[in-house]
Amino acid sequence: MSDFTRAEVCAVAIAELFRGDGELLASPIGNLPMLGARLAKLTFEPGLLLSDGVAFLLASVPPLGAARGAKPIIEGWLPYRTVFDVVWSGRRHVVMGATQIDRFGNQNIACIGPFEKPRAQLLGMRGAPGNTVNHPTSYWIPNHGKRVFVEAVDLVCGVGYDRAAALGETASRFHEIRRVVSNLGVFDFGTPDHSMRLVSLHPGVSVEDVIELTGFELRVPDPVPETRAPSAEELRILREVLDPDGIAAREVSA
Amino acid sequence: MDKRLTEEQVVAELRDGMTLGIGGWGSRRKPMSLVRAIVRSPLRDLTIVSYGGPDVGLLCATGKVRKVVYGFVSLDSIPLEPHFRIARQEGAVEAWELDEGMLQWGLYAAAIRLPFLPTRAGLGSDVMRIHPELELVKSPYPDGEMLVAMPALRLDAALIHMNRADSSGNGQFLGPDPFFDDLFCMAAERRFMSCERIVSTEDLLAEGTVHTLKINRMMVDGVVEAPGGAHFTECPPDYGRDEAFQKDYAATAGDPEAWSAFRSRYLDLGSEREYQEAVRGG
Repeated sequence: MSDFTRAEVCAVAIAELFRGDGELLASPIGNLPMLGARLAKLTFEPGLLLSDGVAFLLASVPPLGAARGAKPIIEGWLPYRTVFDVVWSGRRHVVMGATQIDRFGNQNIACIGPFEKPRAQLLGMRGAPGNTVNHPTSYWIPNHGKRVFVEAVDLVCGVGYDRAAALGETASRFHEIRRVVSNLGVFDFGTPDHSMRLVSLHPGVSVEDVIELTGFELRVPDPVPETRAPSAEELRILREVLDPDGIAAREVSA
Repeated sequence: MDKRLTEEQVVAELRDGMTLGIGGWGSRRKPMSLVRAIVRSPLRDLTIVSYGGPDVGLLCATGKVRKVVYGFVSLDSIPLEPHFRIARQEGAVEAWELDEGMLQWGLYAAAIRLPFLPTRAGLGSDVMRIHPELELVKSPYPDGEMLVAMPALRLDAALIHMNRADSSGNGQFLGPDPFFDDLFCMAAERRFMSCERIVSTEDLLAEGTVHTLKINRMMVDGVVEAPGGAHFTECPPDYGRDEAFQKDYAATAGDPEAWSAFRSRYLDLGSEREYQEAVRGG
């Protein structure tokens, strides 16, 4: 047994999404994405801008959990109107969730079943259509399975590579789905037709597991690399600084 | 000019079938006392344009709504608005679901009297498929870029809630985010603002800087003093969200008995004052 958890591997894989981003707004949606973005800022990507999720940019990097930590240092004002401006200006990298995602990275968070009368109304489109055609987008999926990784999504909220290509070069020039991180591995779209490819498996996960739990044909390299293990320093930051209560781990299926 | 009105006087200005824009965001600084007054009225067939929260849920659950224009409907601490979900899943309301930024653009286009504003948001997504009336527009410049022509979202009336206002219609937000309340007002024919407290004009800067005077009297036809008017949504710094109340409200969705008890206790009342008394009594 290794001396780190699956959630910690996922946090590091999410942190890696932001490598090279510099001074742009990191918008991690969900606890583990938040943990990953904060880890990136405290280690290899100190230029990232992070919001408190309400209306402020924070210069300090607080731990997860509202009640914890010292009073944060505010470095800017970011009301929703300004967030939309930042989205459309392109200086943002969002990590969204996905109720469904297909092989080209089309994502659904709005509803299951027909739009007119859905079996389940979910979040709604939110900012997914605008995000995906304006700036880098990544996805975090804590429950890798065939109900999430589907052949076709019920409603395209976030735009995938096939849809972006159909828009032509001009309209799709800001479209980039960088990676998908799930509880089982890391995926990207670096294939000739931009269909999803396995980049690495988290320690302890087999290729067969992933193929079995993916509802479409996945490109698989041979051999498959293993997702980078957290360093001792990263583990210290995750455990002692950013998530002493282990809040993020509750988001991950093993 | 003294523009003070009661909630009932505002509702008397509204008509069946109107398109109403409601300010705030999710379960934050919503003009709930005006929403409750609509619930008490016979108004129906409304189209609601909103960064949706319990305003949308309550109006759907009480049969006031024909159509909702939204990017999301959420209670924030409860991500999905359960009464809105039921209305959607039963096919009880028509849905015009947009990207959040498209919604802002539609309000802004209406505010500045343009037929549409171009945006990249929506391109390639199913927003275009589920709303075939949305059109593309080609840039007339050498780039020739194809963009979504987001149509103006013109409102018959706008309802917003501010922390402070004067009786002539200057309004002030004291929380962290003005949301899009000024755009809702500017996009509307008739504009109604409730507030926590009416103060004299010379006291408007007593609690906040000049930057917090986001609403001016050109944008407002009527002002309602409604202490606790945003309840149970948050209205910082005056009060936070009443999470316990919101949880109870959410739990009534899909439970006819609980919903009927909630209605008779909090909604089927004579006035906003009776509501506030019922909340305090609870």
